[in-house]
Amino acid sequence: MPDDKDHRVMPGGACPVALPDHKQIVLGHGSGGKLTQDLIEKIFLPNFRNDYLAQLNDQAVLDLNGSRLAFTTDSFVVTPIFFPGGDIGRLAINGTVNDLAMCGATPRFIAAAFILEEGLAADDLVRVVESMRMAAAEAGVLLVTGDTKVVNRGKGDQVFITTTGLGVLDRPVKISADEARPGDRILLSGTIGDHGMAIMSQREGLEFEGPIESDTAALHTLVAAMLEASPEIHCLRDPTRGGVATTLNEIASRSDVGMEIDGRSIPVHESVRGACEILGLDPLYVANEGKLVAVVAPEASEAVLDRMRSHPLGGDACCIGEVVAAHPRRVLVKTEIGGSRVLDVMMGEQLPRIC
Amino acid sequence: MKYLDEYRDAGLAQGLLEQIRSAQKHPWVLMEVCGGQTHSIVKFGIDDLLPSGIELVHGPGCPVCVTPLELIDKAHAIASRTDVIFCSFGDMLRVPGSECDLLTVKSRGADVRVVYSPLECLKIARKHPDKQVVFFAIGFETTAPANAMLVWRAKQEGLENVSVLVSHVLVPPAIEAILDSPWNRVQGFLGPGHVCAIMGFREYEEISARFKVPIVITGFEPVDLLEGVLMAVRQLEEGRAEVENQYVRAVMRDGNTAARRIVSSVFEVCERKWRGVGPIPQSGYRLRTEFEAFDAERRFDVGAIDTQEPAVCISGEVLRGIRKPHDCPAFAKECTPAHPLGATMVSSEGACAAYYLYGRHLKPGNRSTEGKAAQTG
Repeated sequence: MPDDKDHRVMPGGACPVALPDHKQIVLGHGSGGKLTQDLIEKIFLPNFRNDYLAQLNDQAVLDLNGSRLAFTTDSFVVTPIFFPGGDIGRLAINGTVNDLAMCGATPRFIAAAFILEEGLAADDLVRVVESMRMAAAEAGVLLVTGDTKVVNRGKGDQVFITTTGLGVLDRPVKISADEARPGDRILLSGTIGDHGMAIMSQREGLEFEGPIESDTAALHTLVAAMLEASPEIHCLRDPTRGGVATTLNEIASRSDVGMEIDGRSIPVHESVRGACEILGLDPLYVANEGKLVAVVAPEASEAVLDRMRSHPLGGDACCIGEVVAAHPRRVLVKTEIGGSRVLDVMMGEQLPRIC
Repeated sequence: MKYLDEYRDAGLAQGLLEQIRSAQKHPWVLMEVCGGQTHSIVKFGIDDLLPSGIELVHGPGCPVCVTPLELIDKAHAIASRTDVIFCSFGDMLRVPGSECDLLTVKSRGADVRVVYSPLECLKIARKHPDKQVVFFAIGFETTAPANAMLVWRAKQEGLENVSVLVSHVLVPPAIEAILDSPWNRVQGFLGPGHVCAIMGFREYEEISARFKVPIVITGFEPVDLLEGVLMAVRQLEEGRAEVENQYVRAVMRDGNTAARRIVSSVFEVCERKWRGVGPIPQSGYRLRTEFEAFDAERRFDVGAIDTQEPAVCISGEVLRGIRKPHDCPAFAKECTPAHPLGATMVSSEGACAAYYLYGRHLKPGNRSTEGKAAQTG
């Protein structure tokens, strides 16, 4: 080992100067990772700060004249608009239903705004809207108001949909990302990475052995079944953008707790795993649209897990780890071979690796 | 999953760890050459499982990291042109040049696309005959055959709107540069499995004999890496210095002759500059004269761009295994994957980025580098 003097005379050691903060929005700002957090913390939160928003949940729970209402909004900009397992319309309904369900609310009403690009095939719009109608009927929500705008060709990407949802919280539960306690068990409702890899394989024209289908699904009946098993559910999140890794970090950070995850327990479809291996992606960071992560009191975890497994959307549900008091705000994963690593938040989008 | 689970088997890994523990009598410093190997080591926590007498240092084998700054600036100049569709492997997009990265160039309106195979550029070029399609042809010997094939096919098809910005580097000269250095601490190498799948390992036999250093051509899964460590440690303990092939399921002594043929028909060896290291003679590829019409540096007249890299961080020493990422005062502070200061933080395969992504700076109770270094050197 050279001493310090030697280091100073080493040739090389050259590197570029630091980049300033982004002066333009880059795609990574929409990834759900650190860049997204930056936008929220530096721009949105300072401008709009209030007690509801400061909770930073996927929905706000509002007290109105003695009723507890859940209120949320979400935009959908997926390309392609039709993909194996779903389409942008079904995604828009299910995504908003899920944001409401993740606080234990019963979803009731949806508003939808459409931004259409000039030149969009009318047949495609019909397909999207019919799909929304079916998804809304299945989820038991009514689409009660909406808006339509058309932008010049090239100023949009076929169709963007923003859905806003209203639900009723008729159970006396408090489910929030800051409610995790040491000892709580971390449950996952099924396989991860299906939606993200279905989109990626379509978008890039990649063909894998065995089809990869989006897992888009409305999760409110699964949540209702879990709450029937026990009200001791502390946090619920659907790990969409940024995947399970981002969700776990958000909960650990908001609750100021640590987490220990057993990497071997996390279910991944063979085809998704294969696609991720080929592209050098980690399924823990890939988006899901029909899965949830639950943080549950230890004494309730078996009962909740049993109910999840008997529900059609929770057949592969499992316990993936535990909340701990040690190393607050850090998520540790035990690897297949018995080593361990920290599961951090992604910076921006996951990019395929070269080799 | 077949060909994956058996190489991540906890029982096999534990068995190999036991064999390593009983074989190792003296402290040894090993270098894994490839970025992909570094990535696996930290992803699976392999270095934490090894006995404290074995230190793994991370080699220069991340092609994204070592692509010189001036070439990235050239890429930005070309990508910013309105007549260009600029195609690249995904992880080059976040690599900062002297002003910004390709993702930012894209956000300003440039047409920058991620491709998974260089041959996708042919499809894009056919579809957009009015545009110049430029591929950022970077990498070690592993990516050279597909990159060469792009140029070869473009010439065959007469696709005049295709060109490549070449920044190809070679592993053996980098290993020699490490071994030639007066500060070298590396006593054995885990050789680059995928590079050798293409090139074979005759070149490494020559290096091993000349420097009397064990080189074990090694794969990328945990069981591969542990077996590679075991083979290297056995050589060192027995006083042997030879090339052994751990990665027998992928590597043959002469490599892939068809791939080597296409590489040598399109490229020739030249001096290349390595980011964080500087120029190394005979350490890279450039296009042969008969393919120089496809050279993007000529086509877009960016030859004058000559960015110098200011000496701030220790990436050059990290690349040569002299120091560890968290020996750097900027690591995980000013220098993060969002704002990389140096070569080894820019790609997820770079040692600094791998340490950062897998939380080596955060991990509770992690053994310090200084502690390990003191035991070994």
